[in-house]
Amino acid sequence: MSTPGLGIRVTGLSVRLGDRPVLDRVDLAVGGGELVALIGPNGAGKTTLLRAVLGLVPAERGEVRADRPIGYVPQRPEFAWDFPISVAAAVLTGRTRAIGWLRRPRAGDRAAVDQALERTGLTALRGRPIGQLSGGQRQRVLVARALALQPPALLLDEPFSEVDIPTRELLTGLLAELAGEGRAVLLTTHDLPAAAAACGRLCLLNRTVVAEGPPDRLRDPALWLQAFGVTSSAELLGSLGARP
Amino acid sequence: MSPLDLLTDPWEHVFMQRAFAAAALSALVCAVVGTFVVLRGMAFIGDAVAHGVFPGVAVGYVLQVNLALGGAVAGIATALAVAIVSQNRRLKEDTVIGVFFAFAFAVGIVLVSTQSAYTGDLASFLFGQILGISDADVVTIAAAGVMLVAVILVLRKELVTVSLDRETAAAAGLPVRRLDALLYVMVAVAIVISLQAVGNILVLALLITPAATARLLTDRLAVMMVLAAGIGTGSAITGLYLSYYHNLASGGLIVLVVTGAFVACWLLAPRYGLLGKVRHRIRPTVDSLPQQVVPNVTG
Repeated sequence: MSTPGLGIRVTGLSVRLGDRPVLDRVDLAVGGGELVALIGPNGAGKTTLLRAVLGLVPAERGEVRADRPIGYVPQRPEFAWDFPISVAAAVLTGRTRAIGWLRRPRAGDRAAVDQALERTGLTALRGRPIGQLSGGQRQRVLVARALALQPPALLLDEPFSEVDIPTRELLTGLLAELAGEGRAVLLTTHDLPAAAAACGRLCLLNRTVVAEGPPDRLRDPALWLQAFGVTSSAELLGSLGARP
Repeated sequence: MSPLDLLTDPWEHVFMQRAFAAAALSALVCAVVGTFVVLRGMAFIGDAVAHGVFPGVAVGYVLQVNLALGGAVAGIATALAVAIVSQNRRLKEDTVIGVFFAFAFAVGIVLVSTQSAYTGDLASFLFGQILGISDADVVTIAAAGVMLVAVILVLRKELVTVSLDRETAAAAGLPVRRLDALLYVMVAVAIVISLQAVGNILVLALLITPAATARLLTDRLAVMMVLAAGIGTGSAITGLYLSYYHNLASGGLIVLVVTGAFVACWLLAPRYGLLGKVRHRIRPTVDSLPQQVVPNVTG
């Protein structure tokens, strides 16, 4: 099923949700060691593309292949933050499947959790109830939970949304580091400056891939017009160094 | 009568020994299962299953077979029907549940109306009849209770993972729908074995109130389960004592006691109670987020 070193490879993927075509012949490859941002307006299918890679929605056509396990960082509201559980225990749930039915966590599982907490700067907060965390700390918990699986591929849905600047800097550095270790990292974002600063490659998505390439190669306003369906925003393009 | 006699006197009677055992066991099992019901906001499902049990009891009554068995079948059927229909994302779960539990209760009422004589046998299922419990009933409650608690403990990490985040749990390959269905079935079984203690109408209190009370007192799941079990069992026993000495309805008293515990905690709980919140507001310099120093990985 999975070939090591494949990263994430999406070929000709079309997805329908009910009667609505959401993705249309999407081709996207994120190799091991690459950090790619999916950018597009609301309803462009960014989250659906991540869910299709995870196998949570069926493909109508096309194919998804990826190294597994895939680490998944959903948007923060998807998580039950009122559950009575500590940070470390919440991160450990990332390994529930890996630990296996009827088994308790072993030393290797605990070491993976410790390392994930360390990398996300949560070691000092490991015993704190998750309900008492700030937005940025919550985002780091979700990233740590995905890292606890030590995945070769990582998907993040809007990791930069509504986090403070220190958290964004920590995440940007961490994601670059993770890609540097040979992992394939794909994230969605509305935050163009963050995407341009953090990612080696941007992928403009609006139901299909409109354009992709390094940030400095995507300065043609026509591309952005096509992807976002609006008159090009000076502010938006300015953040990429584009001249409208 | 000395205070000690007050405590021991009810235990002279075999029917009271059985009542204490049945009420305490029911309360304990309901509290443990109820912990997940409360944390997942499934209180309404408990209500639906409690109502869903009724037509099964009525069928058992009409056909002259075991009422508890009829109730269990109907309760589990209702729980699974809710689990399946609520997978349709167009309808919210509580809407589906509203449809089902009114339907189930209507079926029960129509079935009962076919009978000319309405006997206490059926009334005991609506209002509980803990003093008329048999040794076999106690054994059944104990066996079913041990099984439920064992399943919850054994599957705790999976149940927690799904409760935290269904999407990611499904992406990791956990069978989230089956785990949901299992939880619904466990709710149904917990309700059916508790019918004799407090009856069909009040059983929801055993499921929800102890766990809700415990949630006000702790931020740790394991502690919450133990506290809920203690609060439920303590309330059941206290309610039975009150019922014995004042000759009032035991089911109702049990629910009044556990509700009293909830109100007391709601007002007085150190951090999440009303007084605690007021105190933090008055003294904002006090760190309202005490850190746990001891790492706790098992949750």
